[in-house]
Amino acid sequence: MYTDNRAQGLTLFWQSIWARAYPRIFGMLRERSWMFFDTFLPLLGTLSYVFVYRAIQAPEEYIGFVVVGGAMTAFWLNMLWSMASQLYWDKDMGNLELYVVSPAPLPAILLGMAIGGLVNTTMRATAIIVVCSLLFAVPYEPGSLILLLMVFIVTMTALYGMGMLFASVFLASGREAWHMANLLQEPIYLASGFFFPVRALGFWFATFASILPLTLGLDAMRQLLFADAVTLRFLPVEVELGLLVVSSVVFISTAMLALAKLEERGRREGRLIERRR
Amino acid sequence: MRDDAAIVVQDVNRIYKVRGPKRRSDPQEVTALADVNLDVKRGELFGLLGPNGAGKTTLIKILATLLLPSSGTALVDGFDVVKEQKAIRRRISMVSGGETSGYGLLTVEENLWMFARLYGLDNKTAKERIDSMLKLMGLADRRRTKIADLSTGLRQKMNFIRGFISDPSVVFLDEPTLGLDVGAARDVRAFVEEWMDDRPDRTMVLTTHYMAEADELCDRIAIIDRGRIIACDTPENLKRSLKEETVFHLKVAPLGKRPEANEHRIEAVHGVRRVSTTEVNGHTEVTLILETEEALAGVIGHLEARGSNLLSLEKQEPSLEDVFVRMVGRSLSVDTSQRDE
Repeated sequence: MYTDNRAQGLTLFWQSIWARAYPRIFGMLRERSWMFFDTFLPLLGTLSYVFVYRAIQAPEEYIGFVVVGGAMTAFWLNMLWSMASQLYWDKDMGNLELYVVSPAPLPAILLGMAIGGLVNTTMRATAIIVVCSLLFAVPYEPGSLILLLMVFIVTMTALYGMGMLFASVFLASGREAWHMANLLQEPIYLASGFFFPVRALGFWFATFASILPLTLGLDAMRQLLFADAVTLRFLPVEVELGLLVVSSVVFISTAMLALAKLEERGRREGRLIERRR
Repeated sequence: MRDDAAIVVQDVNRIYKVRGPKRRSDPQEVTALADVNLDVKRGELFGLLGPNGAGKTTLIKILATLLLPSSGTALVDGFDVVKEQKAIRRRISMVSGGETSGYGLLTVEENLWMFARLYGLDNKTAKERIDSMLKLMGLADRRRTKIADLSTGLRQKMNFIRGFISDPSVVFLDEPTLGLDVGAARDVRAFVEEWMDDRPDRTMVLTTHYMAEADELCDRIAIIDRGRIIACDTPENLKRSLKEETVFHLKVAPLGKRPEANEHRIEAVHGVRRVSTTEVNGHTEVTLILETEEALAGVIGHLEARGSNLLSLEKQEPSLEDVFVRMVGRSLSVDTSQRDE
């Protein structure tokens, strides 16, 4: 039988992360058609922007901007649909009840979902970058690779902190949150500057949009990958990295508080057990 | 809390607020549990018996820390369901009938491994338990089948293994044989009995609306109706409470579409204590609880006067179904959630 000492500890936390990541990783590998369409369709979207920029004879570095933006779109979609919305499906299938009843900490479950999704999405993002870079001979001129890696890791941390926050909202609501995720998709393509430098939106709008980790993350990564991007930057890389660290702390700590609060509300209002698709 | 009590429920109420289709309409309050009091002893297989909508699942979900009571106190293994849910979750498990949990693209053993890890089992122990329980439940040859390809019965067997793999102190089984064929339901019941026999310190709470299941498995049964516990005793004592009375089951030509009115008319016949009617395949089945056998003639006369001929008649030893009819005034098959709406 299970003992208290065993259940409370890091062991259970790590075990829960890997246990929940497992179906995300291996489920996806077993459904090859998902992998194909999940890679092919965003690739088409990225290609269409490349051809638009080519047609209007935009500066060549814009092509690289679009390719990096296209790859990062995958992470945004994964966070929004495969993490926050997954919890909605888990609730509908009855898995959420079993997670809540188990001693596994909910943040570990969400982290497992995030890491599982991250593995798949990294494959998809890599495919977009490799295919587009080969097709269009994207002129990368990377600066500090260490800084680039740091920006990527901190952006992902902030992004998945935001995902945990969304997921906690899904815990206490349901279909309303599902609609919210739908609503968020396209405006965020615009606000985060996926396919153009965010500076084009104007300083104040870009500042407002910086609440999204991808806005700052993309701008910083572009600066670190393309030498000419400095002229199109929103803020210096160091400032953006600092702001992303702050975002990570804020999103993760808010998400932890929200998870605890909304689980309690879910228990009070009976929302953890409702199924109303 | 008493040392031998695994579960203590004191004055628990649960009220749901239900909104109508108009968003701005005031929510309506529906009472799912009203002043529920229960003690379940350690080592006991305790049954909650009642029709759909009686409040059984609500009580289970409160004890399993998925729902908060609106008022009252509930303790599981000595821990409060409101404030000490983490301690409770390390000790319990839950299996519901008709569960669709798990991930269809994963195999049976992968799904079980995933849940075992969520309960903190190390890899070796998880694999050993999965092996032995798959064999015990007759699922060993399906270990590498994706669960999306399993039949309802096999999937429920897998859910059972999932529920018991952590070797919990207290297990909640909510309608565990719902929708299963006779063979699968028998396997599940056999597993439950064996598990409890092998572990005298473990406790199980079972909700069901199958009388035979409750009668066969449970040490004690609480009959619950419209959110209230109306009786709680061993199956034998509950049935003994009807020994003074006589129970008949009749099949008669259809009585019509107003069962409650029909029951009231029959109950007005001298010597009739309780009546329950159910429409089945073009005839009406009537359960009669009579003070003495002599009252039967009056009932048959009444039915014939209403043009409903007697098709068959059987005198029976009191069953739990009869106990329920005696106490509640209707059959267990009646869905009270629909009557409440």
